[in-house]
Amino acid sequence: MSLYEITSFVLSIISASTPLLLAASGELITEKSGVLNLGVEGMMLIGAIAGFATAHATGNAMLGVGAAMLAGALISMIFAVLTLSLLANQIATGLALTIFGHGFAALLGAGFVGIAAPTLQKISFPVLSGIPFFGPVLFDQNILIYLSFVVLFGIWWFLRKTHAGLILRAVGDSHDAAHAMGYPVLAIRYAAIAFGGAMAGIAGAYLSLYYSPLWSQDLAAGRGWIALALVVFSAWRPFWLLAGAYLFGGITYMSLYLQGLGVPIPSPLISALPYAGTVVVLVLISRDRRRTRLNQPACLGKSFHAVA
Amino acid sequence: MFRLEPRGERSQFWTFCSPVLAVALTIVTMALIFAAMGAPPLAGIETFLISPLLSVSGLSSLAVRAAPLIMIGVGLAFCYRANVWNIGGDGQFTLGALAGGGLALFFPNQAFWWFYPVVLIAGVLGGMFWAGIVAFLKLRFNANEILTSLMLVYIAQLVLVWLVTGPWRDPQGYGFPQSAMFGAGSTTPDIFGTTMHLGCILAPLLAIAIWLIMGRTVLGFQLRVVGQAPRAARYAGFSNAKLTWIALLVSGGLSGLAGIIEVTGPIGQLTTGITPGYGFTAVIVAFLGRLHPIGVIFAGLLLALSYLGGDAAQINLNLPNAITGIFQGVLLFYLLGADILILYRLKRVKRAVQAGIPALEPAE
Amino acid sequence: MDAMIEPVPGPSAAGPLLALRGIVKQFPGCLANDHVDLTVGRNEIHALLGENGAGKSTLVKIIYGVMKPDAGTITWDGRAVTIANPAQARSLGIGMVFQHFSLFEALTVAENIALGLNNPADRVGLNDRIVDISTRYGLPLDPDRAVHDLSVGERQRIEIVRCLLQNPKLLIMDEPTSVLTPQEVKKLFETLRRLAAEGCSILYISHKLEEIRALCERATIMRLGKVVAHCTPAQKTARELAELMISATLKPQDFRQRTGRAAAPRLVLDRLTIRSNQQFGTDLKDISFSVAGGEILGIAGIAGNGQSELMDALSGEIPAGSPKNILLDGAEIGHEGPTARRRRGACFLPEERNGHGAVGMMTLAENGFLSANVRAVLNRLGLIDRKRTRAFAAGVIKRFDVRTTGPEAEARALSGGNLQKFLIGREVVQTPSVLMLSQPTWGVDAGAAAAIYEALVALADAGTAIVIISQDLDEILLLCDRIAVIAAGRVSPPMPVKEATIEQIGLLMGGGGAPVAEVAHVPA
Repeated sequence: MSLYEITSFVLSIISASTPLLLAASGELITEKSGVLNLGVEGMMLIGAIAGFATAHATGNAMLGVGAAMLAGALISMIFAVLTLSLLANQIATGLALTIFGHGFAALLGAGFVGIAAPTLQKISFPVLSGIPFFGPVLFDQNILIYLSFVVLFGIWWFLRKTHAGLILRAVGDSHDAAHAMGYPVLAIRYAAIAFGGAMAGIAGAYLSLYYSPLWSQDLAAGRGWIALALVVFSAWRPFWLLAGAYLFGGITYMSLYLQGLGVPIPSPLISALPYAGTVVVLVLISRDRRRTRLNQPACLGKSFHAVA
Repeated sequence: MFRLEPRGERSQFWTFCSPVLAVALTIVTMALIFAAMGAPPLAGIETFLISPLLSVSGLSSLAVRAAPLIMIGVGLAFCYRANVWNIGGDGQFTLGALAGGGLALFFPNQAFWWFYPVVLIAGVLGGMFWAGIVAFLKLRFNANEILTSLMLVYIAQLVLVWLVTGPWRDPQGYGFPQSAMFGAGSTTPDIFGTTMHLGCILAPLLAIAIWLIMGRTVLGFQLRVVGQAPRAARYAGFSNAKLTWIALLVSGGLSGLAGIIEVTGPIGQLTTGITPGYGFTAVIVAFLGRLHPIGVIFAGLLLALSYLGGDAAQINLNLPNAITGIFQGVLLFYLLGADILILYRLKRVKRAVQAGIPALEPAE
Repeated sequence: MDAMIEPVPGPSAAGPLLALRGIVKQFPGCLANDHVDLTVGRNEIHALLGENGAGKSTLVKIIYGVMKPDAGTITWDGRAVTIANPAQARSLGIGMVFQHFSLFEALTVAENIALGLNNPADRVGLNDRIVDISTRYGLPLDPDRAVHDLSVGERQRIEIVRCLLQNPKLLIMDEPTSVLTPQEVKKLFETLRRLAAEGCSILYISHKLEEIRALCERATIMRLGKVVAHCTPAQKTARELAELMISATLKPQDFRQRTGRAAAPRLVLDRLTIRSNQQFGTDLKDISFSVAGGEILGIAGIAGNGQSELMDALSGEIPAGSPKNILLDGAEIGHEGPTARRRRGACFLPEERNGHGAVGMMTLAENGFLSANVRAVLNRLGLIDRKRTRAFAAGVIKRFDVRTTGPEAEARALSGGNLQKFLIGREVVQTPSVLMLSQPTWGVDAGAAAAIYEALVALADAGTAIVIISQDLDEILLLCDRIAVIAAGRVSPPMPVKEATIEQIGLLMGGGGAPVAEVAHVPA
């Protein structure tokens, strides 16, 4: 393969994986705080239509991204209020959010089918984008791709290096102990859910304002669910999230490439590999209590009942 | 400022009234949405919720749409009562369709009357197998069943795609991703020539059977205890492992049965789109039905109605049928929200009390 | 027994560090602290000694600001203070290491400690300070190790180091050695002595008499909410301390006729050894005793010494190491589960009603089924026999005068006493050959307790062997033929109640005493 072909290959993978990376980064923070939000697909679609409609109305794609972020965060608050303050079951509420989000976005988007809107432009760094391979990959992308790198690094740094991130991890490990120490468990979880919603919204805007770039009610095509799988696959570690996102996003390209090489494994089965891999990861980290405790947020999915 | 205060015991009043309240609030919300979309609210509600019930063909369609939802939903309710959170119904549905469907494809010209039941049994076993994987991983490796069952949904879907685009693709199908049609020996019988099929009768019967098992048998009792008080279950000598297996195998089998009936009935073949997310909608059905099999029947009918209503609204009122999703989501939101009143009461306090359960703040 | 109050030593030049005078704390139905006086001097290791319910933890919660006293004064370092909350206590220089500490297992030592320090300035150079302080005081800690990997003793060090980082003047330790190995205890004592010498006083709460005599300079002994003595432990024997600590009186009991017949043993435990499955649990070591038909054996002890593990072992919820460890009427049942044991004639009831002995949201009929299904044959061909189940529950309700609307009432709608009557009745009605109970009258009013006692005595007179694990010494002395004491997972050889003395029992509870030599002791 020539350098050009390799570069194109990598660019395609990055392009396809970015919405996964964005949404999964948000969901990782949410799950680290102990909350399992299955509504990522719904939040993505709401963000996509909000972004599309705003960009269309204002003529500015960046404003669209901002609107998508807000819309995602807002819609996630339905989930937050129900599960945190009204103690509803997180699984049921998350699924309801997906179904509702899909329907609501389709409703809002009914008038936007087949219409064009301003798209996100690439931002090229003058000299650097000329470097072979690294130039196009790292310095000639649209803003959301840059953002995905920044956010990924940001969540790593937040979780590992800041006191606030430590508190978040503590809440996900034992919300009772965190409460006993005086930390506001619910407020922290509200914030984590809002961040997850905002990131899912931005991922949706990426799809409707760049990748697709039109609106259709099936725009997300299951990417929200892939993002959920991705978070587990990464064992809730940010840098593995990066690797996993490119694996999940690139798997279709990978299978085409392998087929081109004459490898006889059928493409759908190759696409199934990342999910099978996620199951393997789950088995590996759950095998003994030590590994489970050190990797999976112990309070994931459990409602917090304050015992004052 | 309001505060949530635990009641001493479950409020009987709210146990019955919260679904009623939720449905009422949902109807009001839908009316508002119809108005916002430029359609007359009352006509909208009538079209959405009433019109599908006004004809025989409408009622048959209702039964057909409801059958898989009820069948899967009852299995999930059974499972959730044992505190096993299986969200892989869609995958178990698919595996049931594949197992039974594969058998049907291999014997396309079978005429013996017993072949169809064998196909059904294969479907049940397929679903059980897929759910059994979840049970094995949970009991042997302590893997979280929510996450594993979800992953298996994707894997099942991809296996289906592979089979219908590859080895099982219909050679006479013009290259479409679908299998051959199943032979006459493998088709779900109709009822009185309507579009209703065997599944429409089986679903409520199975729901009643599960209801009786849960309420009348020792096994059902053990399951309920394990779900409510695992330590008491140990005290009573109940085996958590055995009950986890049973919960998953039963719900997997029911989902698999729904799958094979759906593909040998309304669909008639294997395609990539055999389930529009039935397994996930069935989770909503199970919760709306309060994890009670009879409740699941009603919830399944209500959600099936919402599908038909969405189609009717699209045809008659020019509204996108996406409003189905809005109805389903909003209904569950209201129900989950209203359910808090069963265990807690709303109290007005002079100052927000920060310790303990947080204040429910009205808009400021 | 007269209260032995010795004169409190006169104030040193600087006065005592902490002086509590006349502390009163009332709870509904219980006067936890009744005009309590406590004085902790500077550089002093002071013991707070008493059995369950003596009022020690309430007093300490008041000192640490978790509760406010209803009356009384607190003088700290010469000034009168009100301690409103733990943060204020810490700013005064009071640190506390709880008995059951909660740490974040997925996080490292340093991260756990950092979470307790809200001021960012305190967190600067934390790793080095942790290493420094922990090695200096003989409690070495690696700041980067995950808590999940640490033993309970090492985890306790985190709690101690966390307190030490804030330069406390008083360190309160609540039953610190219940989770430590003997070597760790030794290390801890060195650390505490060093701390006291350097200006940090220690308030040491315990019921372990030998430890107190070895470590503490002064002791305050509490009993039923009152202070019964201030003393110098080294000047007293363990026996004297025990006598002061135990509140039960040894009056001759006419409650039941103790026939003293030598019947064949029905329940035999033979060197039972079990690892605990709880986080702050106690392993059972080498437990042996036997109970004859018609006999009631009481196992006394302070909470947290292995009682719940013993109950789980007796019921079969935790399997024994070998089938031979537990014999029921001669059969080896060590590996059998609860259902099999019930079939053989054993019945049991654990201490926790809610969620263990009963399911709160289920009806009394269903709760009856929970235990009695096997012996009372409440099922038929896999179906619940509703008629029989309801009749069974109704029978128990009638016979034990349970105040409730009927078998269909939910268990959690009943008062504690009534539910307990039902649960014990449920076991008694099954006419077991062996009955094992833990805390049978916990949270139960006097009337219901009396009814329960009568039922148990009647059952014993009919030939059942009964084991009662209880923290209520009065109850055991009332009901039981023989008494054994469980301490740190070991059970002393049972001795006849008539021959037991308070000092012996207290000694055994406090983890001391030489049980073998006591058999020949002449009662006081």
